[in-house]
Amino acid sequence: MIEIRLSPIVGDFAENKDLAREIRNSRIIPALEAKEDVVLDFEGVESATQSFIHALVSEVIRKYGIEVLDAMAFRNCNETVKKIISIVVDYMQETD
Amino acid sequence: MRIHLPNSAFLGNIDPFIRSFDSSSPEELKISANAKWISVHPVVLSMAAALGLVVKEAHCEKLEATSKHYLERMGLFRFLKIKSGMRIKEHEPAGRFIPLTRISDSGQLTKFLTEMVPLLHLEPKQAEPIRYVISELVRNVLEHSRSEHGAIVCAQYYKESNIIRIGIADTGVGIKSTINVSHEAPTHLEAIRLALTPGITGTTRREGGTEFNAGAGLFFIKSLACVSRDFFLIYSGNAMFKLLKTKEKEITLNADPLMDRHSCDEELPFWRGTVVGIDIALGATDEFELFLDLVREIYAKTVRERKKARFRRPKFI
Repeated sequence: MIEIRLSPIVGDFAENKDLAREIRNSRIIPALEAKEDVVLDFEGVESATQSFIHALVSEVIRKYGIEVLDAMAFRNCNETVKKIISIVVDYMQETD
Repeated sequence: MRIHLPNSAFLGNIDPFIRSFDSSSPEELKISANAKWISVHPVVLSMAAALGLVVKEAHCEKLEATSKHYLERMGLFRFLKIKSGMRIKEHEPAGRFIPLTRISDSGQLTKFLTEMVPLLHLEPKQAEPIRYVISELVRNVLEHSRSEHGAIVCAQYYKESNIIRIGIADTGVGIKSTINVSHEAPTHLEAIRLALTPGITGTTRREGGTEFNAGAGLFFIKSLACVSRDFFLIYSGNAMFKLLKTKEKEITLNADPLMDRHSCDEELPFWRGTVVGIDIALGATDEFELFLDLVREIYAKTVRERKKARFRRPKFI
């Protein structure tokens, strides 16, 4: 299992989509390819934008299917971050 | 081009100001103002400053209004490259406003978002929707507008009404050009409608967008204004959509912006680019989580319904 702590990379407001894409491509996807589980740790992240979460996980869901969530977990999310992640995961399950 | 700064232009009464904008002679900008008083929404200043960056020369008539110093303090003349001749004692901006700022890349945006919270003296909870709005709107400009000058943003806190008013303007290609890459929007108003509809992005026809764009940003922001029962305005090309205030107790988010309580106009002077203005009542920031609940409900439902509407069965004849 690999754990990715987000706040040292994105600060307390996760909004930079370029960073989200970098985390996805350089950390999340390689871990999943290696059949490792991924934990995204949001400790210290007060809020996030939908665009950031979309850039972080939508392609992962599209590439591996929704079952990829069995191998991913979101830790230390406050209510706002939980809701934004849920919005993105919900609509990704409705899309092509 | 010509802009007249009236004695009052806020989102509720901004229409005459927009209609008076003269977009002819795009190489020069002439600014005039009400002789007695100038009190305008930050979006008006963002528009004037954005135009100042694209013209060869800007002129401003000698301002007489007693409130003229506000324009200097917000940094308008710096954008117009005009020496106003005004001497002002620079007030500590904390707790009042974010002066006109040009944001041209992602790094500048991140820095701006970090620095703006102390400038407005906001509690972290109050800052949440404000920085959310600015981040999403400015990233839209940086990613889609193809503007040489990036996004011009400014904001003002109004103590009496406890409202933050935010204005963002760009002089890029406008919403119609962006949306029409993947959709069919024959008019600027239709392009604005599509841009405000969840799940629609100019980057693809695919439901859910691309790995980088979901087509959700503007819908989220319009929804936030809806939940806080405030104004939201978007103006691009010759069209403007304005979300009007509602007093209804129960809040309904609509996927189709034309179902919202709104006004629109598609015979306006042509704005080359996009302008967005929004008011956010700080008292309503507690409702940020309620807003997310409502968005969650409507967003997936809308995508599902649109997908269902496109579903086809084979014809057996």
